[in-house]
Amino acid sequence: MTLLTWGIGLLVLMALAVAGMLLVKDKEMRRVFGIFLLVLVLYGMIGLSNPAARTLVNHQRLSERLVWYGILTIGAGVLIISGGIDLSIGSVFCLSAVSFALLLSKGWASPLAIVVIVAGAALIGVLHGLLVTRLRLQPFIVTLCGLFIWRGIAYWLTLPDPLAPVRGLIRFVSFGTLFTNAVTTTGSASNVGIGERSQELKGLIDLATGYPDWPAVAHIPVLGWVTSLPYRFWLLVLVAGLIGVLLHASVYGRYLYAVGANEQAARYAGVPTERYKILAYVICSVLAAVAGMLQLLELQTVSPSSGGSWYELYAITGAVLGGCSLRGGEGTVIGMLLGAAILPLLRNLCNFSGLPDDLEFTVIGVSLLLGTIADELLKRRAAARA
Amino acid sequence: MNWRARRTPRASNHPRLRSAGSGRSSLAPRNPVIPIPTVTTSPLLQVREVSKHFPGVQALDRVSLDLHAGEVLAVVGENGAGKSTLMKILAGIHRPDHGEILWQGQVCHFTRVGDALQRGICLIHQELNLAENLSISANLFLGRETVWGGALRFLRQRAMDRETRERLQQLGLDCDPRVTVETLTTGQRQMVEIARALAMNARILIMDEPTSSLSQRETEVLYEVVDRLKQQGVAIVYISHRLAEVQRLADRVVVLRDGRNAGALNKNEISHANLVRLMVGRELQQFFHKPPTSPPTAGTPRLEVRNLLYEKGPHTPVSFQIYPGEIVGMAGLVGAGRTELAEALFGIRRVSAGEVLLDGRPVQLRSPEEAIAAGVILAPEDRRYHGLVLQNSIRGNIGLPNLDRLSFLRLVARRREANLARAMCKTLAVRTPSIRQEVGLLSGGNQQKVVLAKWLARKPHLLILDEPTRGIDVGAKSEIYGLMGQLASKGMAILMISSDLEEILNMSDRVLVLHEGELTGTLRRDQLSEEAIMHLATGGQGAP
Ligand SMILES: Nc1ncnc2c1ncn2[C@@H]1O[C@H](COP(=O)(O)OP(=O)(O)OP(=O)(O)O)[C@@H](O)[C@H]1O
Ligand SMILES: [Mg+2]
Repeated sequence: MTLLTWGIGLLVLMALAVAGMLLVKDKEMRRVFGIFLLVLVLYGMIGLSNPAARTLVNHQRLSERLVWYGILTIGAGVLIISGGIDLSIGSVFCLSAVSFALLLSKGWASPLAIVVIVAGAALIGVLHGLLVTRLRLQPFIVTLCGLFIWRGIAYWLTLPDPLAPVRGLIRFVSFGTLFTNAVTTTGSASNVGIGERSQELKGLIDLATGYPDWPAVAHIPVLGWVTSLPYRFWLLVLVAGLIGVLLHASVYGRYLYAVGANEQAARYAGVPTERYKILAYVICSVLAAVAGMLQLLELQTVSPSSGGSWYELYAITGAVLGGCSLRGGEGTVIGMLLGAAILPLLRNLCNFSGLPDDLEFTVIGVSLLLGTIADELLKRRAAARA
Repeated sequence: MNWRARRTPRASNHPRLRSAGSGRSSLAPRNPVIPIPTVTTSPLLQVREVSKHFPGVQALDRVSLDLHAGEVLAVVGENGAGKSTLMKILAGIHRPDHGEILWQGQVCHFTRVGDALQRGICLIHQELNLAENLSISANLFLGRETVWGGALRFLRQRAMDRETRERLQQLGLDCDPRVTVETLTTGQRQMVEIARALAMNARILIMDEPTSSLSQRETEVLYEVVDRLKQQGVAIVYISHRLAEVQRLADRVVVLRDGRNAGALNKNEISHANLVRLMVGRELQQFFHKPPTSPPTAGTPRLEVRNLLYEKGPHTPVSFQIYPGEIVGMAGLVGAGRTELAEALFGIRRVSAGEVLLDGRPVQLRSPEEAIAAGVILAPEDRRYHGLVLQNSIRGNIGLPNLDRLSFLRLVARRREANLARAMCKTLAVRTPSIRQEVGLLSGGNQQKVVLAKWLARKPHLLILDEPTRGIDVGAKSEIYGLMGQLASKGMAILMISSDLEEILNMSDRVLVLHEGELTGTLRRDQLSEEAIMHLATGGQGAP
């Protein structure tokens, strides 16, 4: 893609965001447009700093990272909306990646392993939820304990060394793209160790990828790129869609917001508040586990000590940047996705603008602080204008 | 209760104990030694043509008023007329868009709450503003703690507790100053707010619906306080929707309608009819809508409570019945346990013994969810805490308990929800720019209407209303009474908890009176009188 088309596209999107900020009445949606603008600005800075940042490869890398961040952030966001908090996200992430690796290396069928791990994560969520609702422990404390406990178990489970490569459909799904095409260089099915593939799998891949080098799509600027995003990205879209419907269109979502905004009022309205709080913990833990499994599939390895560390903080940061208030009862899925995009973009910015790696955390922290300040100032201005 | 006998030795307290706030300025008018003339020719405070706009509403439009030392000025008007907004401007919380405020003839701009406080303008907010997880005494002294140790500012906890206890006793409240505010009932919290304002020794004391959650007894105490302060030359602004109170207390009345001055009344002109005419802009034909005859109390009762014992309730079991079509009032002093009993019926408080029968069938209501499913509904007393999700829209709040009927495959049918909200807002005359408005931004009375709207939309079998007309203006009150009468005539049973005696006397078919959690008596309509209720409410037995 040329710099020109890229730039025009970006400017159009920015104009859209600004228009949205100015024209949309709804407070929450205005905020989403604001975050959208921030994301676009960051993205623009990256793109301008280095031509390599505008390649498909970089977009694929970004979208892959966005997948874990996004899934984790959505989980944390749902929980924050319901008035909770989870500090054990990273540990649950790690534990599920480790146990997934363990089950697969013991020769379990992958669908069975996935079901078992999702169920396990749901149990963890129920446990957190019960402790918070029945024993009235504070969520912060409960999940802080979870942070230690679940990671401790991950340490204790010993993995075979070296890990057997993850085979079969799983691997294909994790690396495949909707359509392979000529521009694709990494991350597509076409260059994942074909030698490893079993014969029957080859047929499946051919079926799914269907039209190798499908010219009609490959050379349309946007569509060609969109279709060469990895499958996992579409998984994120699916998760976001499901949670979006849950939160914004269903009765369950209404209740989650109500519980977070004013638990007493929700209780008096006949909402079984405890059940909804538990539900939020379950969603959060399950999504952490899903992200953990995805990462294992991508990296083919997991370290019990460092896998998923800090992720709870990334997830909470993403959710808060995306408009979830820690007081509960506020936030949108689209906001969470945009919030989740900020961290990978910041990392990307560090890579391309030649900042020393060691400053990465500092850059992230400073940008978050600036973002929060800007948000607060905008809010004040809106209040003053009113 | 004798004021003078129990008066705090406040003046003698002060030289010893330095107050944290008073170090800043010697202007602080909390020293009552300054003699204030009771009769002044020039007003203490003047409001000139003040306007204030909020998104979608012109809350105030060129409002003016004068306030003299030693007088009680009542400000009345319908819900959303702009009373609270005006008071918040006087207290330095909002800044006016136009107009000016004159303090003793000088134009002054209040930019912070501190500016107003420094001049001795003190506002008791319509909605409670206490830090719930702090103790009573911490709340009472918030921002002006008594300290020692110079710059180190150590707290004199003991002294503060002592003064807190004294001040509470002056108001007839016997509480441990160290307990947290969250353990108090709404009425007790209101008394704490009043005590806090009194402790500031204000020159202008603004009370925004102070009695809305107080019962008769506490209200009397408040009257005494007002009279005493007036004697001391304090100017008092008194906002209330209870017109009887206005008649009893006010020296002058200023009426607001739709954010404008709608008229003023001098002491000799203050009458119910005049007030209503200025507020509503027309005569109200009928205020209480109640058929003259009570429904029969025979057959199967809608609700029968047999020997009920519940969590933190009284030790003697409670029994009573409510028949279909009946409006049963529940009277008692603040803290008499009326709300607690209602909560036990609604499944919020655990029932430890006894039986509850609905239409003759025994039921066990262990949660609000089960109660609602069985057709029992409680519209709670504290709208901000229990009744509403303040950040949500009117539509969301009205929809919340009705989502089972407003959804398809568990997806919210937004249009049906909006229609319901619109219809209910219309029935109850909720004043709002749109149903998308955040409930927290509505005026107090309109918030209360939304609480009622969300519950009335369900058409329950048994409706428990806890202080249903708290903070609601005369016009809307009359609407609500009409609605209650209508619902009852269609066979709904209504249990109405109220501290407004007039309301109890005029709306109830029967009255249950509680004293310290125990049911001290039931009065039929022909036995109803203020004396009879007060006799039972203060623990008397049988007929007075
Ligand atoms: N912060 C705010 N933002 C938006 N609108 C507001 C705000 N505060 C008040 N309003 C609106 O201004 C109008 C006047 O409100 P106000 O609270 O002064 O009424 P009020 O006379 O005190 O009524 P009530 O008797 O119900 O307490 C109302 O329509 C209310 O919705
Ligand atoms: Mg008001």
